[in-house]
Amino acid sequence: MAILTTRALKKHYGRIIAVDGVDMETRDGELLAVLGPSGSGKTTLMRMVAGLEEPSAGELFIDGRSIVGVPPRSRNIAMVFQNYALYPNMTVRDNILFPLRARKMPPDEQRRQLDWVAGILEITDLLDRRPTRLSGGQSQRVALARAMVRTPDLFLFDEPLSSLDAQIRSQARGELRELHDRTGITTLYVTHDQTEALGLADRIMVMEKGTVHQIGTPQQLYYDPADTFVAGFIGDPPMNLLPLDGRIIGVRPEHFHLAAEAPNDEIALALDIEVEHLEFLGAEWLIYGVVRRGVTEQRRPPRVIGRLRQAAMPTLATGETHHFVVTRRDACVFDPETGQRLSQAKVAVA
Amino acid sequence: MRTAARKPLFYAAIVLLVLFTTLPVLYAVITIFKRESELYRFGSNPFLYETSPTLDHLIYLFTDTAFPTFAMNSLIIGLLVVAITVALAVPAAYALARLTGHWGERSGMAIFLVYLIPPTLLFIPLFRIVVALGLANTIWSLVLVLPTITIPFCTWLLLGFFRSVPPQLDEAALLDGCTRLQAFWKVVLPQALPGIGACIVFAFSLSLSNYIYAVTFVSESAARNISAGVPTELIRGDVYFWPSLMAATTVVAIPLGIAYGLLFDYLVRGFQSAGAGGE
Amino acid sequence: MTTGREDSERPDGALARLALALERPRVLGALLLAPAVLYVVAFVAVPFFIAIALSVSDATVGKPQIDTFVGLDNFLAVLDQSGFRLALRNSLLITTLTVLILLVLATTAVELLARDFRGKRLVQVLFMIPWAMPVSLSAITWLWVLDSQYSPIDWVLVQIGLLGPGGTFGPSWNLFYLGREGLAIASIVLVDVWRTLPLATIIVLAGRLSIPRERLEQAQLDGAGFFRILFRIIIPALAPVLTVAILFTALLVIGEMSTIALLTRGGPGHSTQILPLWAYLKGINSGDLGQGAAIALFLFPVLLAAAIVALRFAYRAGKD
Repeated sequence: MAILTTRALKKHYGRIIAVDGVDMETRDGELLAVLGPSGSGKTTLMRMVAGLEEPSAGELFIDGRSIVGVPPRSRNIAMVFQNYALYPNMTVRDNILFPLRARKMPPDEQRRQLDWVAGILEITDLLDRRPTRLSGGQSQRVALARAMVRTPDLFLFDEPLSSLDAQIRSQARGELRELHDRTGITTLYVTHDQTEALGLADRIMVMEKGTVHQIGTPQQLYYDPADTFVAGFIGDPPMNLLPLDGRIIGVRPEHFHLAAEAPNDEIALALDIEVEHLEFLGAEWLIYGVVRRGVTEQRRPPRVIGRLRQAAMPTLATGETHHFVVTRRDACVFDPETGQRLSQAKVAVA
Repeated sequence: MRTAARKPLFYAAIVLLVLFTTLPVLYAVITIFKRESELYRFGSNPFLYETSPTLDHLIYLFTDTAFPTFAMNSLIIGLLVVAITVALAVPAAYALARLTGHWGERSGMAIFLVYLIPPTLLFIPLFRIVVALGLANTIWSLVLVLPTITIPFCTWLLLGFFRSVPPQLDEAALLDGCTRLQAFWKVVLPQALPGIGACIVFAFSLSLSNYIYAVTFVSESAARNISAGVPTELIRGDVYFWPSLMAATTVVAIPLGIAYGLLFDYLVRGFQSAGAGGE
Repeated sequence: MTTGREDSERPDGALARLALALERPRVLGALLLAPAVLYVVAFVAVPFFIAIALSVSDATVGKPQIDTFVGLDNFLAVLDQSGFRLALRNSLLITTLTVLILLVLATTAVELLARDFRGKRLVQVLFMIPWAMPVSLSAITWLWVLDSQYSPIDWVLVQIGLLGPGGTFGPSWNLFYLGREGLAIASIVLVDVWRTLPLATIIVLAGRLSIPRERLEQAQLDGAGFFRILFRIIIPALAPVLTVAILFTALLVIGEMSTIALLTRGGPGHSTQILPLWAYLKGINSGDLGQGAAIALFLFPVLLAAAIVALRFAYRAGKD
């Protein structure tokens, strides 16, 4: 278990800046997801932590000790790659034993560790197979086993679920979380998939263009986005961002109320929305509409997406215009220049 | 997809192709076992044996000519050239594929510029170097010089094989506790073994094939190799020992042909990943 | 740096520092690359510059010192020789013809070998034989096949009535393949094509197999026939590979002298003389090292320019 700290960490390749001054600190034993679109610098950040890239500037610490310049093999960090990077010329057993052999661990201890990790991950039957003869899910377990077997200080995951079929992805997500709770090893989990990050992580760090936009629990990110980027990135569909009186008002899709059914609360927005199209998603409906009145005039009226948490057919119909309100409690206010959040936080800081 | 009518056409084309590449060699094989009396009888069918075949010419080649010496020299030169080539080209290719970053990426093409310099230009200065080193008229002159032909080619070929190994494998090994050299040795090299096999065959056959250096650097029969020795030893002025010449040719061609043929797919793969497709 | 790291690296001092330096890609890369580069520099680059020095000196076999600078005299002297002009023409003619025929044959062979069929291994072995043979030995084989008296080709032509008294090609029993100018050049082109076809095919096949199967299937679904697919999809996609194949085989053919040295020795007269052989004859047999080097160097600038253009094209086209 360990705490990873970065200080003003930078990486540039020639003129291209991949990571532009990242300051962050993990908590001991937490699972921290690093979430961002592709090209946000999240993978470069992780590769610097692993020692596969040298930082251009800044510092990296594990438990307060600098690790800049320490070769990857001396960092005691384990990584699970996106494609798992199993050694194709070795059996599953040799793959798992590889890090132990490289560290010259006594054979009986190696065997004990192997039995332990194979038991946890339920891969005892696969030990004599070649990696080419494993399914995606099996490969993932073997890669996990190889990472876990030497009880590292820090785990790094590079989109480990992205090469799995959609059907087994949520199951694998649950298993990963369970595994993390069992080992309690501090974990950095890089992903571009917010469902994964929200469902799996203790905290999420949102990155874009090499900088950190926000670090917080999934709840904080969802209800209290620090800026318009996070607001527009987290949530599916994301927060609606509407201009009003020189500010930007952010509204989650589920926070639109029909004026008639509005709660008795202070109102932040009152909008006339023309319904364009309805989408049935099983337990809920998405309502796509155009704001006809209630926001600052623009050349093109802004589009919004609302969410109706019911399975029954809504009373709204395409082409109709309805009056909706948003309470002040639900609205987030942003500065249109900087994108920064202006209104108070809604979730107590953990 | 393909209709039955097109199959015979396809096989006919294959047969034509194979006949084109093998007919001269087939004819050479027929010649080996012909008696001289029949061989030089005007108008006799060159493809059939009108008198009984004989092993005399083959035996003559191995007992009464320097061919066994040439073959032994070629073998020693070949093996040493292969060893030098692999020892130098494998690390160089790995370095270019993984370690030198930016300018390693384009090197694949640049390596070929070495082959723009014709051997006819190099052999005079090289001969001086060989003489200065006291290696003239020994097989060592060829052992020293022939790797200049094989190293660039094999480096380029291996470059493609190393590039086709996912870099995550090295990285996983680095994190698993290996040094870069260990990661190369334990993880990357086993993946590139087919490439090294192709290199060995290539280096060997290129070393065997070179004519101009072999002819100029070595003039003593005892130190000659097959490529230079056979034409000079078995052609005396106007007298050509045809059956024995053909025997020498096929004895070399057939095993090499088999080696190449079996490595065919690897060679294609080598060119595929080495950037003939434009990397 | 903080103390923790130094603690872990200190025990071995200098050795540990060396080990650490070896982990830096640049350092290790340079170290692994150095032996091969030094080798090539020592035995290619150095001789190359000596050869350039020779070409502007009056060195001969009898007086091999490079001490008198004669400028471009050697090049000018060489240009005056009729043998040189013939050699230059033949080198270009033979190379061009060989490459053109190779392009057609290699593309055809690739279409055959890209498919799976029974006995493919055997076909591959037989197909590779010409390239597996040492050049001098294949030249000797062809010398026998093209023999002035006992050529089996002549025998066949006589049997089918094309040759011999009353034959279409004249009353002689032989065509003397290597003894007449036009036929000799054609024969040399044939041998060069035969020798380099396997290599050209492998290069093109590598490119052919890189064409995504979906693209070919899409074309079939769109109703394109065999020739339309060949000319509209396969050949355009092969353009960069074909360029590399042309470059490769052209370099191989234009620089090789052993085929002609053994087949015709440049004859009859100088009618099949080529540059490398002419350089050899001038430089070694006549002992004029300066002129020999000048002849060998003559095409280098052209080849260099052609190679750079070709490789850039292949590189760019391959990137799309």
